[in-house]
Amino acid sequence: MSMETPLHRVQGLGPAHAGVKHFWRERVTAAALVPLSIWFAWAVLGLVGANEPQVLTFLARSSFGVPLNAILLGAFIVIMVYHMALGLQVVIEDYVHGEGAKIFLLLATRAFGVAIVAVCVYALLSIARAV
Amino acid sequence: MAENPQRPQRARPLSPHLTIYRWPVAMATSITHRATGIALSAGTVLLAWWLVAAASGPEAYAAFAAAADSIPGRIVLFGLVWSLAYHLLSGIRHLAWDLGYGFELRTAEAMSWAIILGSVALAAAVFALALAGQGGFNA
Repeated sequence: MSMETPLHRVQGLGPAHAGVKHFWRERVTAAALVPLSIWFAWAVLGLVGANEPQVLTFLARSSFGVPLNAILLGAFIVIMVYHMALGLQVVIEDYVHGEGAKIFLLLATRAFGVAIVAVCVYALLSIARAV
Repeated sequence: MAENPQRPQRARPLSPHLTIYRWPVAMATSITHRATGIALSAGTVLLAWWLVAAASGPEAYAAFAAAADSIPGRIVLFGLVWSLAYHLLSGIRHLAWDLGYGFELRTAEAMSWAIILGSVALAAAVFALALAGQGGFNA
């Protein structure tokens, strides 16, 4: 005899209280990051030894009528940090068994990710405004 | 159920027996995928520092550049370059696994070694280019 309630069974989410959404988001961001991280490595490699005006020139450079480098860097940062939050969540859920410590670390890694995105986007916007 | 009087008193090891098993290479690559992911997460702080320095003016950027070009800075950056190379190659394999490819034992072992050696070669090549050319956009 199953102890499961009919509602719980029809939701099909099991003891994790979540479905395949997390798995899919991790994979879709990973696929997007394959070309974006190769672009990021190429961009950073090209900027080794550059001074501040050269970095700003690179980020503000117009391609196809838009600052393509700044847009790609912004996209890379947002998608990469989202992928990071999903990945760190799995690590925490696997290794941290105390409920309080787990919830604290999940919230802390999300706060960290939000802070990184906020700081990077603010910097990108102020670069775009100044150039 | 009553306690078994024959039960040995010493603690039995719990699976997975990390200190007992011989490490198959796929186990090492799986754990390294997580470790490089955690290292890259920490590296996002340096990415934020770089952008904030660029947005804050020439002096702030020069301070970042000096730190990045120091010996500890180079060691950290090489670690991050290798971590990204490894996580990228291993991540592509994970996507292939998700599609159902590459599970045969021989394939999985060969790909594991290709990822380990390939990531080191890729990181060394990127670092050699950085040290030799000092970047390509500011010539």
